[in-house]
Amino acid sequence: MAEPLLAVERVSRRFGGLLAVNDVSLTAQEGRITALIGPNGAGKTTLFALISGFLRPSRGAIRYCGTDVTNEPPHRLARRGIARTFQVVQPFAELTVRENILVGAHLRHPARKAAIASAEHVGRELGLGAMLDQPADTLTVAGRKRLELAKALATEPKLLLLDEVLAGLNPSEIRDIVPVIRGLCWRGITIVMIEHVMQAVMSLAEYVFVLAEGRLIADGMPAQVAANPTVVEAYLGHGAASKLGGARAN
Amino acid sequence: MKGLAAILVVGAALAVVPLLGVSNVTLNFLVVALMTALAGQGWNILGGYGGQYSFGHAAFFGTGAYITAVLQVRYGVNAWIAFGLGIAGGALVAAIVGGLTFRSGLRGSYFALVTLAFAEVLRISASVAPITGAGVGTLVRLDLHVAALQFHSRAAFYWTILAQVVIALIVTRLIERSRFGVWLVAVRENEDAAIALGVNATAIKFHAMVISGAITASAGCFYVQYFLFIDSGLAYGTWISIEALLTPIIGGVGTVFGPLIGALVVRGLGEGAQMMTGEAPGLDLVVYGCVLVLIIGFAPRGLMGGLAQWRSRLMRPALFAKVDHG
Repeated sequence: MAEPLLAVERVSRRFGGLLAVNDVSLTAQEGRITALIGPNGAGKTTLFALISGFLRPSRGAIRYCGTDVTNEPPHRLARRGIARTFQVVQPFAELTVRENILVGAHLRHPARKAAIASAEHVGRELGLGAMLDQPADTLTVAGRKRLELAKALATEPKLLLLDEVLAGLNPSEIRDIVPVIRGLCWRGITIVMIEHVMQAVMSLAEYVFVLAEGRLIADGMPAQVAANPTVVEAYLGHGAASKLGGARAN
Repeated sequence: MKGLAAILVVGAALAVVPLLGVSNVTLNFLVVALMTALAGQGWNILGGYGGQYSFGHAAFFGTGAYITAVLQVRYGVNAWIAFGLGIAGGALVAAIVGGLTFRSGLRGSYFALVTLAFAEVLRISASVAPITGAGVGTLVRLDLHVAALQFHSRAAFYWTILAQVVIALIVTRLIERSRFGVWLVAVRENEDAAIALGVNATAIKFHAMVISGAITASAGCFYVQYFLFIDSGLAYGTWISIEALLTPIIGGVGTVFGPLIGALVVRGLGEGAQMMTGEAPGLDLVVYGCVLVLIIGFAPRGLMGGLAQWRSRLMRPALFAKVDHG
């Protein structure tokens, strides 16, 4: 197999007495969608913060494009092509949608004209075309999620880390945005997504890593992972897999 | 460009004021107002656009003033050169303060308190150091020649400070339209989100601080040339720190014209209150305070912000109409 775009190698992160991420290794293959799932508090968002440089690992290394990028500050990683969205969306509230996306677009386009053109292009692509002049804090939840995606996309990333972009959306909004994410992948952007909406994980991801209590407990194709008893127990509690199995046998 | 044209129109309108035969008292009022505006314009770059509220811009104003005065008096440096070095000195102090505070990640009220502390340390140092004239202060020799940057007519001083204000307006406008400005505002709105998009927030704040310090220092340099005297209380006193932040806050933080409008209003109020209350000592401050409370109460984003809000309220029906058709 070709060298992965992203390789997390035996990374741990400790907060005082809590080992939030414990000896986790995972990879993301170029041009694919990789999902990171797990129950609440499993350490998924912490792991994203480590990959994007917002936190430093206590131990372990992170390799991106074949180079060791452990301990690099987040703005430099963004320049290298790693973009992230935040679980709790972080719009620049007082700015318009266009100005919000412009902040990201300026990373690759120093000149104002080119940056604005690029920002508007990204905005339209994500269905925000009619809202470009609207202040960001007037957007609906679905609009804010799209804006969060647009800002990250405007930095023209190679690796996109999506932290629960579907959370809080209703089924029809999810139906609208899933093809958008798939479209990004077709354009060659490698995606790692944290997601709780299993239907989306199953339809989008090609490979899944499962995190529970800071440890990697399983990985594989979506269908394999969903059938894995350890994964079922991590979500539903000890003994759940055998009970479900028993129920199925009856 | 529309924004630059507006600046030139305002500049030209203000430039003809001395030709209208106004009294020296009025002209003096305008000179001081413009000087306050300039100090506020410096603050506005860092505080208004960058969201970093400094309580110690006296550190830059005072440094500009002292360098301009001391170089002339003690080292015989030409006034114009001293003036330029004063601005550079203000930028240097800003670089030191910014480097220390931003590198160590100070934000919000901590940043405000540390800037205040820096200004106070400088004030106390200047009040005892022999080179600044300690408690006596430094007097610049009267020498009414252009070469000494002193003028016979008050109008010439007025045009000098007006030119400085116009330059600062243009600098502000250029920043507003640049990548640096977009990133500076992004840091103000949400620092972590900006960093995630590749913005080096520490460097952006540092550069804003240096520009901010240079502009406010240039107001201090002018102060010395105009009043020909400086001491530690005038240079580094809290009065100028407060005026520097009050003028943009009243006029509209993060707007090009905010500090200029704020300075004219604040200074006008001060004079007006004094005229109204006449001899009663301190009563003018009461009136002044009440009006400030009213402005902040009704236009929390300053006069420019209030204007924009009022305009958008008028435009709102049109917005809904557009949505209905869409």
